[in-house]
Amino acid sequence: MECCRNLEQIDIDPNKNKIVLVGNPNVGKSIFFNYLTDTYVSVSNYPGTTLDISSGNYKDKIVLDTPGVYGVSSFNDEEKVARDIILSADIVINVVDAVHLERDLFLTQQLIDMGKKVVVALNMMDEAKNRGLNIDIDELEKELGIRVVPTVAVKKKGFSDLENNIDKAQKGKISLKQDMEKELDNINENVENRADSLLILEGDENVASFHNKKPREYREKVYMQRRNRVNKIVEKVITKEMTNKNIGDKIGSLLLRPLTGIPILLLLLYALYQFVGVFVAQTLVGITEEMIMIEIYQPFIIDLVSSFIAPQSLIGKILIGEFGVLTMTVTYIFGLLLPLVAGFYLFLSLLEDSGYMPRIAALVDRGLTYLGLNGRAIIPMLLGFGCVTMATVTTRLLGSKREKIIAIFLLGLAIPCSAQLGVIAGLIAPLGFKYFVIYVVTIFLVYAIAGTFLNKVLPGESTDLLIDLPPVRVPEFRNIIKKTYLKSKYFIVEAGPIFAGGAVGITLLKEGGVLQWIQNAVAPFIVGWLKLPKETTEAFIMGIIRRDFGAAGLNSLALTSDQTLVALIVITLFVPCIAAMLVMIKEQGIKQAAMVWLGSWIAAFTVGGIVALFI
Amino acid sequence: MTLAEIDRGSDFKVKRIPDDIIRIQTLRMGISEGSKLNCNEKIPGGPIIVKHNYQEIAIGRNLAKDIEIELFTEGSD
Repeated sequence: MECCRNLEQIDIDPNKNKIVLVGNPNVGKSIFFNYLTDTYVSVSNYPGTTLDISSGNYKDKIVLDTPGVYGVSSFNDEEKVARDIILSADIVINVVDAVHLERDLFLTQQLIDMGKKVVVALNMMDEAKNRGLNIDIDELEKELGIRVVPTVAVKKKGFSDLENNIDKAQKGKISLKQDMEKELDNINENVENRADSLLILEGDENVASFHNKKPREYREKVYMQRRNRVNKIVEKVITKEMTNKNIGDKIGSLLLRPLTGIPILLLLLYALYQFVGVFVAQTLVGITEEMIMIEIYQPFIIDLVSSFIAPQSLIGKILIGEFGVLTMTVTYIFGLLLPLVAGFYLFLSLLEDSGYMPRIAALVDRGLTYLGLNGRAIIPMLLGFGCVTMATVTTRLLGSKREKIIAIFLLGLAIPCSAQLGVIAGLIAPLGFKYFVIYVVTIFLVYAIAGTFLNKVLPGESTDLLIDLPPVRVPEFRNIIKKTYLKSKYFIVEAGPIFAGGAVGITLLKEGGVLQWIQNAVAPFIVGWLKLPKETTEAFIMGIIRRDFGAAGLNSLALTSDQTLVALIVITLFVPCIAAMLVMIKEQGIKQAAMVWLGSWIAAFTVGGIVALFI
Repeated sequence: MTLAEIDRGSDFKVKRIPDDIIRIQTLRMGISEGSKLNCNEKIPGGPIIVKHNYQEIAIGRNLAKDIEIELFTEGSD
């Protein structure tokens, strides 16, 4: 019986044998994937999650990559996806970090216990050697009962040897003791699939309900037996020589120690701002958006479409009007968003692959606990400065629903995205230092108060930080580029249709007169409470589509310094852009998204009004 | 004593991890009740970084308060 629930929805040939790459996070798995599948790779969204799965062809077989996991179970989306793919595997290539045998072999042993045919790629052999670790490969093969191929992935060492051993993948030695093996046999009588049975024995609810069984409560017992077996193996195969402290370790502890770590972090944020906020958002986007899209592409497409369709007709306005699908949408996606997203992903991939990210999480953990989050939440928060839409997607890595709600709300409320930051910086700089400080302090206060408030009122408890700190390493260039490319492409595919749909909607509202009606209805409020000129409303309405759009709209108004400050604060705290809202609906449901949206309105205008009162 | 009370650089042995999920997760990372570890770093008010061979794990302060440990010096046990 084929077990795997969602796999058929991914576009892969069911008749081909599947090689599945499995490993802990940060073991260099993707380098193996890239090597094996050089010519054609497809990335598909895994149904029901926001994860994408890479697959490609290797000879007559299909190679599937899996998210990095510490074990096969269902603690989070990554693990569920990895589990389903592993269950469907004909052959498993298990990439193991030679420096972290104790941790990684737990997964290896679990794969073996599942009865899978496994071959181990024992990676980072050079690093193990540098650290004075001597691993007896023959002994390890004997203990595990499967082939073990030493590799150094970044230098492509051992790859051909690994290729020769793929077909020699075999079932290894089980770690379960007799008592558990007997329980497993009982389950397997009906299930008739050892891998599924093992997961049911380990209490996996999804797999159990798939087979109409009750999950068993032997997880800890099985895990203990496995852990003991792994510890024994490690003791047998590793001999340590003189250990001299590795340079990566030294950097690693400098990054963690607050005295050095905090200045380095601030420096990094500054570098990030310079790269994404200044170089990409201003210089590069100046070329892609202004020069290429607005000056060359738009006149061309308007001309072209005009020769078939009257520009003043409804269709004409939808296609090439102010919010046209072919004009504004294409310009924003390719001229503005793509460079920003790609730039940000490049930076983020570097942080990820170098092992710095988890250290940042540890450093800021304390501050974030006041907001009901833990250090992990720094990842979506950092991402939010690039693009709130993307950041919303990554909130899935947070440990509880409560944390996701807080993070998404804070992202939607008080994190301006890079496009918006660029416009804001341009408007606030001429006003002088005083205004800059009021702006930053106000936004920060709103962020902190909103987080503290949500932490108080939301039921339940947030999870604590428990995070594995990978060694600090020099990232592999090709891998960084590939990651950036795949993620940017995925973003365009995801955000493109959403954006086009939003553009059509706005054109219809405008043509129907609804936009003007809103403008007149809220005018007294804008003038009376925020003390802004009536025309500012137009900028705010634009801001509903995209906040940077709104900020840009302020540019053309004649505002006093005080008015500019109030308007910028309002537009920063304003509702998330359409793309971000749609992702929020997808991630959290319409109810929650609506709350974020309304909450942003209230916060933006309340705070704006208060600031207007005092300055 | 609890893990939250440890000083940087101390060696210790894990006595009890009360939370089921955390116990399972640390077990997979290579740490179980009885493991001998070293406190590699203690971020003021923040996480405790423990080290086991080459494996470093950051444990949030609140979680550390729940983990019971006992100190030991190299050689004794």
